[in-house]
Amino acid sequence: MTLFLNILVDGVAYGMILFMISVGLSVTMGLMRVVNLAHGGFALLGGTFAHWFAAELGLPFWPALVLAVALTVALSLPLERVIYRRIYGFTDLQQVLATIGLTFLMIASVNLWQGSSLLPVPLLEGLKASVDLGFRTLPAHRLMVIAAGLAVVLGLWWLLERTRFGIRLRAAVDNRGTASAHGINTDRIFMAAFGLGAGLAALGGVLGAEILPIDAYYPLRYMVLFLIVVAVGGMGSIAGSFLAAIGLGLLETAARYLAPDFATILFFALVMALLALRPNGLIVRAQ
Amino acid sequence: MTRAIRAALVAVTATLLPAASPADTIKVGVVAPFSGPFAIYGKQYQEAVETYVAQHGTTAGEHEIEFIYKDVGGPNPDQSRALAQELLIRDQVDYLAGFTFTPNALAVGPLIEQSQTPTVIFNAATSSINKESEFYLRTSYTLWQVSAPLAEWAYDQGMRTVATTVTDYGPGIDAENAFKAAFEAKGGEVVDAIRMPLATTDFTPFIQRVRDAAPDAVFTFLPGGPPTFTYTKTYNENGLAEAGIKFLGTAETEEVNLQGLGDAAIGLTTAYHYSGAHDSDENRAFQAKLTELFPDAIANWASVGAYDGTHLIYQMVAAAGTDGPAAVEAAKTLEWESPRGPVKMDPETRTLIQNVYIREVARDEATGQLVNRETGVIATVGDLGWDK
Repeated sequence: MTLFLNILVDGVAYGMILFMISVGLSVTMGLMRVVNLAHGGFALLGGTFAHWFAAELGLPFWPALVLAVALTVALSLPLERVIYRRIYGFTDLQQVLATIGLTFLMIASVNLWQGSSLLPVPLLEGLKASVDLGFRTLPAHRLMVIAAGLAVVLGLWWLLERTRFGIRLRAAVDNRGTASAHGINTDRIFMAAFGLGAGLAALGGVLGAEILPIDAYYPLRYMVLFLIVVAVGGMGSIAGSFLAAIGLGLLETAARYLAPDFATILFFALVMALLALRPNGLIVRAQ
Repeated sequence: MTRAIRAALVAVTATLLPAASPADTIKVGVVAPFSGPFAIYGKQYQEAVETYVAQHGTTAGEHEIEFIYKDVGGPNPDQSRALAQELLIRDQVDYLAGFTFTPNALAVGPLIEQSQTPTVIFNAATSSINKESEFYLRTSYTLWQVSAPLAEWAYDQGMRTVATTVTDYGPGIDAENAFKAAFEAKGGEVVDAIRMPLATTDFTPFIQRVRDAAPDAVFTFLPGGPPTFTYTKTYNENGLAEAGIKFLGTAETEEVNLQGLGDAAIGLTTAYHYSGAHDSDENRAFQAKLTELFPDAIANWASVGAYDGTHLIYQMVAAAGTDGPAAVEAAKTLEWESPRGPVKMDPETRTLIQNVYIREVARDEATGQLVNRETGVIATVGDLGWDK
């Protein structure tokens, strides 16, 4: 029973971290349909800025987090205007090449600026504490990530399904020409959506940093994880990504508890089986 | 033979010329990662080599020494072999050095055997490498050398049950075997041996399993960087230290990433051959010169491996010039005071006989930085894994 509860608690906590680090990608790759391999790059930038604000300039955790996300978004907007706007029209393979190139540029810039060692983001004392769950303890920052994950999934659902921006974005993605003809400023919509994706990437990078620590090679190290969550969840579905992240988190945690030697193989075998059965992921968006 | 005669002639000629400039230039090829995720190794090596050169000049005996650096990128045996070949044929190097990863070191075995090139391994820590050729010399350590003394020390401290958690790849399995063999030989019991996949990002399940087993200590081996960061955090946050389960490790608290581990690292116990906080004049002189040349540099085991490797090369060049077999012979009897402490080359295994220190991470009061504080020497040993 304790084992079952352990798997449940750790699985959900880990799944929420997976969701937080890949939700930005489900916006850019899933909704906007640009194969954005530079997603991890934006998470890296967010994490590096947070490290810089908190560890070097001495700001507390929350202001450092907000400033880091804001700075990443501020950088992503001109990048969208100058580079991504051209990338949208590329074929899939060209998008892969262009965005992986951008990733290398980001890695090299961070490497030059901060070096290649770990870039920790100091947490608040309150977040370092352990919370007693009765049968065991859980670090407070994991509870914070769970809360943040729930807030993000609800917020995005509201934004995409219930606001004018969401309707316009979905219209612009489905048929840009027609959306434009209806008077929607699709350039601005795309720029805002891209900024949203980059901001979420930065947020996930900082909040997930206790488990997936930031260093210059972060984007390459965890690229497969981001892509799996979005692929399993189903392109363009935030709810799908959420279910996929929690499911994968539970699955991998269970495998680590029960058969540590085979955890990685089991994880990838099940992902492959799932994608073979449902090539478009758990939740397929109606066209 | 002709080579030896030529070297002798050169040496004789050189001694006949008073105050002459060195007779020839001997080149040393350094094969290491200088780009990509492992670039830190290349950086540490090059800084240490240049520190040694700055302290001792560019001449050894009657020869001028020149270092040529080649970027192997990462664990890539084919590339390592190709670069060594290029160095030997095109650049005409007489010594090879570097080699971070075991496969990269093993890949050059046939080449150095054929060309009789002394090859100084700055890092790669698998015992069996040196069996592949007489021309391998190692100035780092082997996993058996530090893991087995740690197991014996743990038993002597009264620990009777240990769980091992190692990353599931070559060095991790070596460390597990070494620890287990030494601990069980003393009469201790390894209650759980967990091998964690290399791609593990969340260590909570393994840590919880250890906690539930409630041993006296947990022995671990992890690749440096992110896995160590997450593992030590998880160890602390899940209250293993409070539950009385002591952390035992080796390279986990190495200096480059130590500050990044933060307060979570305080109190971690490791057994290792080099601490940046080693209290000796040699270490202070080495670090002073290092930070004078490279203000941001941090000395760790990779730096000291390269620094001592450079010393070894200087000694070999002074003794034998370009004569490979004679150089290796000369190296076999060397002893010196390294920044890590006294070291001696073991003629059989061609790995250093050195002190293994027990250390505890603490915050230095003067600088506010985290350091590996040495609390004692637990063994003076050579490569314990040679016969395994």
